[in-house]
Amino acid sequence: MSGSSPRVAMLKTVVGALILTLLPLPSWLEIIRPGFLALTVLYWSIAAPRAGGITLGWICGLLLDAFEGPILGEHALALAFLAYIGVREHQRIRSKPIFQQSLIVFAALAFYEVVLFAIDGWSGHPLTTPLRWMPTLTGALVWPAAAAILARSYRPGA
Amino acid sequence: MAGFATGAGRPLQGRGGSPGFRFALYAILSIAFMVLDQRFDWLERAHSVMQAATYPIELAVSSPVAAWHWVQNSFATRDSLEAENKLLRTQLRDLEVRSMRYDALAQQNAALIGLRQSLPPVASRWLPAEIVNIQLDSLRQRVLIDRGTVNGVTASQAVLDDHGVVGQTMHVGPWSAQVILITDPEHALPVSIARTGLRTIAVGAGDSTSLGLPYLPANADVRVGDVLVTSGLGGVFPPGYPVARIIEVHKDAVQPLAHVRAAPFAHIDTDTEVMLVWFRHDSPAAPLSERNGELTTGDRNIQPLPTPAKPTPPAQAETAAKGAGAKESPAAIHNAAAAKKAGTTARSTPAKPTATKKPEKPPT
Repeated sequence: MSGSSPRVAMLKTVVGALILTLLPLPSWLEIIRPGFLALTVLYWSIAAPRAGGITLGWICGLLLDAFEGPILGEHALALAFLAYIGVREHQRIRSKPIFQQSLIVFAALAFYEVVLFAIDGWSGHPLTTPLRWMPTLTGALVWPAAAAILARSYRPGA
Repeated sequence: MAGFATGAGRPLQGRGGSPGFRFALYAILSIAFMVLDQRFDWLERAHSVMQAATYPIELAVSSPVAAWHWVQNSFATRDSLEAENKLLRTQLRDLEVRSMRYDALAQQNAALIGLRQSLPPVASRWLPAEIVNIQLDSLRQRVLIDRGTVNGVTASQAVLDDHGVVGQTMHVGPWSAQVILITDPEHALPVSIARTGLRTIAVGAGDSTSLGLPYLPANADVRVGDVLVTSGLGGVFPPGYPVARIIEVHKDAVQPLAHVRAAPFAHIDTDTEVMLVWFRHDSPAAPLSERNGELTTGDRNIQPLPTPAKPTPPAQAETAAKGAGAKESPAAIHNAAAAKKAGTTARSTPAKPTATKKPEKPPT
């Protein structure tokens, strides 16, 4: 569980999030499946901005691109951007109660989705169905649970 | 409140510069990747490498489901196996009876169109591939199969199942390949209506049960129940493979285009195994391909017409449709600009022949 660096915990949770992302689900669940990897990256960039941060976001994004991106670098840019928001505002977000955190997470995930939406459009793979915004909403809803679970994966000094 | 574990007070500025600087660096890198991927396809190799690297994860994720299927299969009862065996025997006999006359028909056909050598079969090699059970993207219709470049799979290769056309390969890794299904909103498939021969383009609707035919004019001769087959344009599929059956035709007097939907024959949402097919390019029935800027199909030596027909109006429309189809499918599945171009060309083309064919029939 605990190490001197949160990197091991990061690696574990990223692999876990990736598995949750790829797990086949019935189609109604697929639509509301939150972006687990985005939540994980956001959590680590808030909880340990020095250890993972933007680099973690970028690498996770490249991984995601290998699976589902229509174009290499799309999720990399979007997740790096999400991590940047997290790292920049980490002190402010940490001090908020969990309900307000969810609201902030909703805004951050919306920015993330806007970046993806824009790149999809520019690169000529538009995906305009309103369903694509569902993960943003569900992501914000599961944030309290996700943050609690991720917090258990690493305790400094323990 | 979620506990944020690390000490909050530590200053952020460490190695690697400020977060803004780092983000700018990664953003530039990402944009460079995207431009290279989009414009030059330089990263196809990188894509392939990454797909190889991520394949173990994909296998690991899909393994519980696969294991469950294996358990189910190995505990299948004797009765069900016997029943299946019986069914398969019946089907095999059926197919044998049906294919009995194939040789004779092929020879007859060869004689009829004046070919000296007998027709080579259009497909030269089949390879079954299993669909790896993972979710690539919930809103796009793509699947992963367990065959890659080590099996000779190339990009833009036809993927069929036992009922019809499934899709074509897109990004190919060493041991796996992504398949874009015909129901993906970005996939456009040149088809023709079997009853009338009218050519058009079938575009995916984004769910696994329907295709749209957005470029048919309102006066097109199309009915519910019509069968769509591949038209052979586009260079991926040979002509004549079954694609879909039309399930809805909606003609509105004020709309220039009909609203037509079709249900694919392939069992796209329940397939676990698909077939990769290699086609012989010297077969007269081979998919159309572009050589030296000229559209050709099959072996030139055994073709009755050495030069393409003179561009009379319908033929002109035909070549335009061919150009559109050829442009759209093989190279440019992930280039929607080209697909769009194909679409707009196709939009004007089917209108022409139908207008010349039966101007007397008013759209009622």
